[in-house]
Amino acid sequence: MHLGVSESMRECEYSQISTRSSTPMETPYKKRTPKKRKWESFPGRNKFYCDGRIMMAKQTGVFYLTLVLILVTCGLFFTFDCPFLALRLTPVIPVIGGVLFVFVLGTLLRTSFSDPGVLPRATPDEAADLERQIDVANGSTGYRPPPRTKEVVINGQTVKLKYCFTCKIFRPPRASHCSLCDNCVERFDHHCPWVGNCVGRRNYRFFYMFILSLSFLTIFIFAFVITHIILRSHQSGFLNALKDSPASVLEVVVCFFSVWSIVGLSGFHTYLISSNQTTNEDIKGSWSSKRGKDNYNPYSHGNIFTNCCAALCGPLPPSLIDRRGYVQSDTPQMAPPTNGITMYGATQSQQSHMAAATPLLQQQSSEPVILTGSPENGGSLPGRTSLGLGGPCTSLPLGQPTPPTSTPSLSIHEATDMLPIHGHGHTLNHSHPLQEPIAHHHFLTPEEVPSPPGMLPCGSPLGHSHTVQAGFYNPASQDSLHEDSVRGLVKLSSV
Amino acid sequence: MQGLVPAATDGNMATEFHNLQELRHSASLANKVFIQRDYSEGTTCRFQTKFPSELESRIERTLFEDTVKTLNNYYAEAEKIGGQSYLEGCLACATAYLIFLCMETRYEKVLKKIAKYIQEQNEKIYAPRGLLITDPIERGMRVIEISIYEDRGSSGSSSGSSSVSGSTAR
Repeated sequence: MHLGVSESMRECEYSQISTRSSTPMETPYKKRTPKKRKWESFPGRNKFYCDGRIMMAKQTGVFYLTLVLILVTCGLFFTFDCPFLALRLTPVIPVIGGVLFVFVLGTLLRTSFSDPGVLPRATPDEAADLERQIDVANGSTGYRPPPRTKEVVINGQTVKLKYCFTCKIFRPPRASHCSLCDNCVERFDHHCPWVGNCVGRRNYRFFYMFILSLSFLTIFIFAFVITHIILRSHQSGFLNALKDSPASVLEVVVCFFSVWSIVGLSGFHTYLISSNQTTNEDIKGSWSSKRGKDNYNPYSHGNIFTNCCAALCGPLPPSLIDRRGYVQSDTPQMAPPTNGITMYGATQSQQSHMAAATPLLQQQSSEPVILTGSPENGGSLPGRTSLGLGGPCTSLPLGQPTPPTSTPSLSIHEATDMLPIHGHGHTLNHSHPLQEPIAHHHFLTPEEVPSPPGMLPCGSPLGHSHTVQAGFYNPASQDSLHEDSVRGLVKLSSV
Repeated sequence: MQGLVPAATDGNMATEFHNLQELRHSASLANKVFIQRDYSEGTTCRFQTKFPSELESRIERTLFEDTVKTLNNYYAEAEKIGGQSYLEGCLACATAYLIFLCMETRYEKVLKKIAKYIQEQNEKIYAPRGLLITDPIERGMRVIEISIYEDRGSSGSSSGSSSVSGSTAR
């Protein structure tokens, strides 16, 4: 049968892989299940709307509060104060107010609905490869070694890259794992419940525009409502003025309390942008000179102007998670192998490679991930979010306590490192008692993550890779390996 | 001459499918090599140009390094902060980012160029050597995944395959 092939083998040593797209007649088998989009099987704790176009965090209650506050205050302003001001002063006032309002709403929605820069989790192959490298480095016998870090030198500064056990990757510099959303996010700033999303590389500029324009809007409304009341009280006395326009009182109250926090936050983020730091780094004091004489920020471009321009006008990277792409089902009907090896355009799922290349590696990447995903962090949520509803991002113990990366002995230490709170040092103390339950949960993760090869049924990437390399590849049986559990059992028996 | 798998030599689709499948079986995935990111210059996208040992017998070092260096250059171009990116950023901000409904960002344009480049490299250089490069964007820009295929020798028999293989043999 393979005489022809072996002849070509002798000549060119390896048979060439077809790189052309497959023919339209790709599946003799009919698809039994309708095609699902990737967001439906996204491993993080996010909510998706509009068929994957909109992506938010799980807890969105506070976001609706923000929306209501802005809409109600502006609505009252336009209804009750603007007519008077337009007549008495100038009609430009409602126009400017309108522009600011639209801008605030636009940036808020953009921040809340976009992907902050989530890093997709590692494919089983990648995870296995990393595990292998770490085992080689440690020479370990199978017991989980202490938390894994890698050191890199960036522009002269030594930076530690931590390994994320949930996402099975070494986090890039400045990335961090958000426990509320259960995702690693690039250039993680903080998780903002007021916006209902993480703030990271892709939506930081929108977030900054939002708080900046909201500061202007708040100050604008505050100033003009006060003007309105003063003008009215010249006409008919102070108390009468308040009686004539009761809405103004509400607006003044809302704006008064907002101004301090929002303007303060804008100022803080302006400082962060000009020094090219994230909230995370500022709180930890990663680049402060207090840590050492030679400690400096390796990411800064040197001057304030360049830093600002880079943060606000720099290129906008695309989303790395293909939310609206279709999941290539990993059942054998995708085995029509030309699909697997030829489709590597951006719209095709990674699973199409895996599916055709090795049916055994078809193990859904979501499966092992789901095992490690929710349970540990579930306990921490109620405690976290209840702590800081009193004010905007300033006082919330947001974002992530230590993700399940550290052993319990290090977890408390890690907590202080990881909390991205705006400058409120005392809230760090809150983190310690909260870390304990998480530490307990962390005990579970080592067992869940399949590090010993072939020990765990049907979820072990190492088991997969080992068996593949051992030459266990029975094409006839690939059609029969429909169930994950069956696959796992078969593999175990072969190992 | 290393030929490509004939796409539709036979009129009979079933036979063709069968043959391609056999050919696939004849080239099974042996290993995957992951080229990691190089963070020595910050968070901009760069990949390490270190030549992995698993590829030593499969491809020349210079070809591999060229590919990675070209990819690095593409990514640097995408993430470059300069006049054009400022213009794009300011224009986008002024139009409340609605302009991206009709226009592609520069990053996306460069990503398309990269996809084309990778496909071309795969066709010309890597596939003839039994290797396949996966676009890093499909791996979250973390790694360049290079799949190494081994010819398996013999698998299940099929009557059609030998004729196909015969046509590809020189």
